[in-house]
Amino acid sequence: MSGFQIKFGSTDILTPGDTCDVLVAMNPAALVTNVEILRRGGTIIVNEDAFTEKNLRMAGLSTNPLEDHSLEKFQVHAIGITKLTTNALADMNLSTRFVDKTKNFFALGLMYWMYNRPLDQSIRFIEEKFGTKDKQVAEANLRVLRAGYNYGDTTEVFTTRFDVRPAKLAPGRYRNIMGNVATALGLVAAARKSGLQLFLGSYPITPASDILHELSRLKEFGVKTFQAEDEIAAICAAIGASYAGALAATTTSGPGLALKTEALGLAIMLELPLVVVDVQRGGPSTGLPTKTEQADLLQAVLGRNGEAPLCVLAASSPADCFLTVYEAARLAIKFMTPVICLTDGYLGNGAEPWRIPDVGELPPIPVTFAKDPVGFQPYARDPGTLARPWAIPGTPGLEHRIGGLEKQDVTGNINYEPDNHDLMIRLRARKIERIADDIPELTVEGPASGDILLVGWGSTYGSIKSAVSGLRESGHHVSQIHLRHINPFPRNLGTILSAFRTVIVPEINSGQLIKLLRAKYLVNAVGFNVVRGLPLRSEEIEDFVENHIGGTHA
Amino acid sequence: MPEAEQQTPAKLTIKDFQSDQDIRWCPGCGDYSILAQVQRVFPEFPHRREQYVAVSGIGCSSRFPYYLNLYGIHGIHGRAPAIASGVKMVNPSLDVWVSTGDGDGLSIGGNHMIHMLRRNLNIKVLLFNNQIYGLTKGQYSPTSLLGQITKSTPAGVIDFPFIPVSLALGAQATFVARAMDRDPKHLQDVVRRAESHHGAAFVEIYQNCNVFNDGAFFQFTEKETKDDHIVYLEHGKPLVFGKERQMGIRLNGFTPEAVSLKEGKYSASDLLVHDENDSTLAFILANMIHNPDLPRPMGVFLALDHPTYEEQMADQIARAKSKKGEGDLQKLLDGEENWVIK
Repeated sequence: MSGFQIKFGSTDILTPGDTCDVLVAMNPAALVTNVEILRRGGTIIVNEDAFTEKNLRMAGLSTNPLEDHSLEKFQVHAIGITKLTTNALADMNLSTRFVDKTKNFFALGLMYWMYNRPLDQSIRFIEEKFGTKDKQVAEANLRVLRAGYNYGDTTEVFTTRFDVRPAKLAPGRYRNIMGNVATALGLVAAARKSGLQLFLGSYPITPASDILHELSRLKEFGVKTFQAEDEIAAICAAIGASYAGALAATTTSGPGLALKTEALGLAIMLELPLVVVDVQRGGPSTGLPTKTEQADLLQAVLGRNGEAPLCVLAASSPADCFLTVYEAARLAIKFMTPVICLTDGYLGNGAEPWRIPDVGELPPIPVTFAKDPVGFQPYARDPGTLARPWAIPGTPGLEHRIGGLEKQDVTGNINYEPDNHDLMIRLRARKIERIADDIPELTVEGPASGDILLVGWGSTYGSIKSAVSGLRESGHHVSQIHLRHINPFPRNLGTILSAFRTVIVPEINSGQLIKLLRAKYLVNAVGFNVVRGLPLRSEEIEDFVENHIGGTHA
Repeated sequence: MPEAEQQTPAKLTIKDFQSDQDIRWCPGCGDYSILAQVQRVFPEFPHRREQYVAVSGIGCSSRFPYYLNLYGIHGIHGRAPAIASGVKMVNPSLDVWVSTGDGDGLSIGGNHMIHMLRRNLNIKVLLFNNQIYGLTKGQYSPTSLLGQITKSTPAGVIDFPFIPVSLALGAQATFVARAMDRDPKHLQDVVRRAESHHGAAFVEIYQNCNVFNDGAFFQFTEKETKDDHIVYLEHGKPLVFGKERQMGIRLNGFTPEAVSLKEGKYSASDLLVHDENDSTLAFILANMIHNPDLPRPMGVFLALDHPTYEEQMADQIARAKSKKGEGDLQKLLDGEENWVIK
């Protein structure tokens, strides 16, 4: 069962919506699958021509919901969309199959009427998409779109029309963007700003493949994309690319990240910059490939053999994927380290309006390749960042060997001495900790201290923020923080946590961030965890917080 | 052409390719000879020292980069072809060499090997085949022979071995050769040929592991037996072998057979003439291994000139740039449809 969900409004939109106001169901199965997300009193529009005995049976229904009063709490409009579409195209001499394909536009036209929106954009879309290739297809779809609009206009079935005023957004130029596209653009932008060639090694995997698709189209930016034979080759090629002086990235989802584990350890030992994007999906194993989840957090932070710290970031919205992966590239280069950038299926495939940044305003990403052979040591460190020099093949006099075996401090030669190993483990860890000095402090949304703090990361930002608004409206003192930097944490996180009586951590996993918070800050945080492969609903967060407060008062 | 060819590099010597690292191979290991031959021929190549990159995985053969005073990565088990691919794609002017073994390159890394070869990246692979796991002390490898007794097969190997040359041919490699640690001059020639090949080059090197599989190739390498047990492949020349060059290989249908040139029945003109451009012939030669009465072919089985992966990658980028112009980042971010809020 496929479908679209769209939310629009006159205020800032934070989620695609937990509940719907209007459900358009083209057949009984679509109705059955989706009716539970419709709010009480919401509007249902169905194509009654599709409610045949056969379709009802296929949807597992013994009676017709249009007749059995099961939809009484909604406003149901049963419309013969198939018939109306056929009539609209009667004189065009088209096959039934063809006509059937156009009927979605009837429903769209009707929605435009209901919400008082102009048809212009869809007319332009149809003309651009089909107009040049097949005038008949364009003509048929345009007719049906208009027929749907006119149906709303001329029948008296609908008594209400809605008028949604434009939202007040910050001034600027906007576009719609999907998370995976934003990730791809963020990598291109980082390559441009750093002056490096962009290399992507990737292996197709749901729901991350669109990043590979997007980047493989951008050859005029000099982007080199490599569809490898497997996940391991994808990251290993990226490691080789980084050694040779490119901004190297690999994109994947949870099972792919698992396969890349050993190579990530190598990248940590080699101390080379590398951006790893994990578009998380439901796990474990193959799990729920097309569903969303936040259960790779501990895999990203801890999932390697040996003491293998690296930097972990997480994007909080589709558009935020751009800046998060950009930041990942900046930190990877500055600290000579792999950085894992976590997004998820919900962010990757979700879209939202994005205020397009001015290229000139993006933070600079300076790159210094080692050039001077005098006193060159592959594992000498910058005193500030503890990063080692990036010395790329082709540079005379800097020939050196690096590898996965433990290396001597400074020289990088193979070394098995106990104290050296202990020192190198501490150095690698300290280097990652130093990143905290390079990232902004967290800002609390709401009062900086008080009763309740909701702590989130990743795609739950919108749901948590909506929940916080709701809770405040109900008179609760609730604040919110949302983490982009997960390893290392922002340096003021501990102080913030200690300023609240109750810390609640909603996550789409069984409690992963909360483990890290409790371990590091000894905070008695409370987890709210639901793992259904779906985004968290703001209502359920609100309910949980309400119940928790009730519980603690009782 | 890579930029290396445009300039005359300063004359390099064998010393330029010797590193200060202690060599950790067992005394008597065949790896020493392979290292020595590589160090001997590398100075002849038209590259500056900083343009070489040696990449390896895990195993005795994979210590190779440490002993060459070049840029190098000692990677993880089996993944050298993938790491090398990334290096080469980003900077095609580098001369990238992979050293690997029968375990690293054909077992844990088999997948990367075949795909790197079929893509025809201009990367040179030296596969040290000793038919045993040496670094982990004596388990059987994918090239160990049927019945071979090893630490992990006390009752004998029961899985059928790979023929590395056949595997490379099947993977559509454009250059496939075989050489031996104990035939230094021939090994040098084959390394030179691999270097000058335009595309991926796969060189199997029979290498004696004197600790865990001593003598595995002695019939091909030792003075007393080698002449009767190997045949050198030379492009355009008939396949002749034997101490007095009294034997030849002729094709009976698709089946090669050894014939005497002394009995008057056959002369050199009846023999199979080697053609490096013929991939069908290359398979026939590779399969001679199955007939114990036939000598083992040594030398270049196949050498085809196909476009390399990295050249095609660069071409696609150049074409996109000439068609669309150099990418404009702001335009890309702005997208095709956007709107302004004041």
